[in-house]
Amino acid sequence: MAVTTGAYVSEEVFERPPLQTRLWAIVRAQPLGIAGAFIVLVMVLSALFAPFIAPYDPELNDFGAMLVPPGASHLLGTDEFGRDIFSRLVWGARTAMLVGFSCALLGSTIGLLIGVASAYFGGKFDILLQRVIDIFIAFPSIILALTIVTVLGTGTQNVIIAITIPLIPNCARVVRSSALAIREIPYVDAARALGFGHARIVLRHMAPNVMAPYLIMMTTFLGQAILAEAGLSFLGLGVQEPIPAWGLMLQGGAQEYAESAPWVPIFPGVAISLAVFGFNLFGDALRDLLDPKLRQQ
Amino acid sequence: MALLEIRDLVTQFDTTAGTVQAVDGISYTVEEGETVAVVGESGCGKSVSALSVLRLIPNPPGRIAGGSIRFMGRNLLELDEEEIREIRGRDIGMVFQEPMTSLNPVLSVGVQLTETVLRHQDVTMAAAQERALDLLRMVGISEPERRLRQYPHHLSGGMRQRVMIALALSCEPKLIIADEPTTALDVTIQAQILELMKDLTKRLGVALIVITHNLGVVARYADRVNVMYAGRIIESGNARQIYHYPRHPYTLGLLASVPRLDQPRGSRLVPIEGQPPDLTRLDGGGSFRPRCRFVEPACAEARPPLVRVESVGSGHDAACFRSADLVEAAA
Repeated sequence: MAVTTGAYVSEEVFERPPLQTRLWAIVRAQPLGIAGAFIVLVMVLSALFAPFIAPYDPELNDFGAMLVPPGASHLLGTDEFGRDIFSRLVWGARTAMLVGFSCALLGSTIGLLIGVASAYFGGKFDILLQRVIDIFIAFPSIILALTIVTVLGTGTQNVIIAITIPLIPNCARVVRSSALAIREIPYVDAARALGFGHARIVLRHMAPNVMAPYLIMMTTFLGQAILAEAGLSFLGLGVQEPIPAWGLMLQGGAQEYAESAPWVPIFPGVAISLAVFGFNLFGDALRDLLDPKLRQQ
Repeated sequence: MALLEIRDLVTQFDTTAGTVQAVDGISYTVEEGETVAVVGESGCGKSVSALSVLRLIPNPPGRIAGGSIRFMGRNLLELDEEEIREIRGRDIGMVFQEPMTSLNPVLSVGVQLTETVLRHQDVTMAAAQERALDLLRMVGISEPERRLRQYPHHLSGGMRQRVMIALALSCEPKLIIADEPTTALDVTIQAQILELMKDLTKRLGVALIVITHNLGVVARYADRVNVMYAGRIIESGNARQIYHYPRHPYTLGLLASVPRLDQPRGSRLVPIEGQPPDLTRLDGGGSFRPRCRFVEPACAEARPPLVRVESVGSGHDAACFRSADLVEAAA
């Protein structure tokens, strides 16, 4: 009688539909998400292949071609130093993606670990940690980032740190609430009964079960981090000249050339908006796909 | 020396309503290879007593307040966290009530089995995988090679419970604690799982503590039965003594409330009247007294101690002042 539990249902019944069909279903269900994914893809590709896409050196001054309007020689025109705006936008994508992805990945991963540990250990540890998180959340994140940059100084690495730190408590809070539910499921106790240590239970048994909120937070953070980086650069506290960054380009153009040479501020502004818009669309679609409650609709 | 010797174990929970004595001084022993059943209704402390053995009581609010648990000569309550972790899974395996949720949904069956083997045994990955295959075969899972790659949601409840048993057996433990192993399963699967556990524990010489509220389980599989009520053991004996010669009114009531095939159709079950007592406010008297048909003034004065009673065979204990009077009542 011990061998009567075999599966009588053949494997074919559960065969997944072909990849094409599944992709098409996603396209139909999430047209905006696909648009977002397309923007994200363009941004990532231009960041990766900037040296091959950009027609000019982004840091090369050409005083013979200052403030040239968009046209055949310079696709999107040049700025006051004669630098090609299109090339700077493409290279600026590299800065934006570097900062965006680093901050999103770091912020959500550290938040994940803190959130899961907080839920797993519970008790006083949880209460204490959550109050610390409250303090961080109480600060507007841009103010917190400004403070950190003021302390650490400017530069790409410090900007990444400054943007990451305000992201951590947000992710930790969301992950904790999911992990609290996981904590109550018997397999966590079962893992303890099998003799596993705390670190292993947190990392291997609980963390993979809160991947959905983790991924959603990460994609949300991408847009936020790009915007924060542009903001810091705009205020002169982020990436420093002559490194091409969208916020810097906007700041350089907006003050003096808004009327006389509008292409200088407009294109970096469009790039920032488009990037944030694209990442947010992509993140929303991902959230819908990962949340089975929303998937039915 | 007994494999497991529990002496005067007290486990408490702090609640806003007061301190709950979930386990109130229980003592029992488990010999090597023996199957011991712990029976009782919901909330009588049977699961808590079992979790206490592995020190899996969440603290706070729970706490083991007294007594000793000697396993292979060592007092488990005096071990540090690292030492008890070594015992868990390696020397004492545990099978939980809910097979649907006791396996991690994001790890494949193979990963869960091999990581447990690797946790406690100094073997290579290949050897651990070989062991995982053997375990699945042992618990009667078909196509074990394919099952190793599958995830818990691919498996039925019965198969998951088999995997749980395989996990519990993975490091050749001396003792397995099964906390209501069949409660969440279909009736037809229940028998299979119980047969499997009986067969494997006998063959491998593993001792087994079965916690259950199903008296049918007890009758067939247990060498020894401990009946719990309100955190205490109120009767203890072998299956024959408990079934045919109960010496405590609670056991008697429990047996009368179980549907039996040998009763005429349409005959009514006899429930035990009333509710179990509030464990935060137990007095000094017998805890079953408010629901007892045999109650006498002495019951309010003192708690009846668990004492040896005259019975068929030896080793029959009951905690009732009038256990002798129950002989006629049970007959």
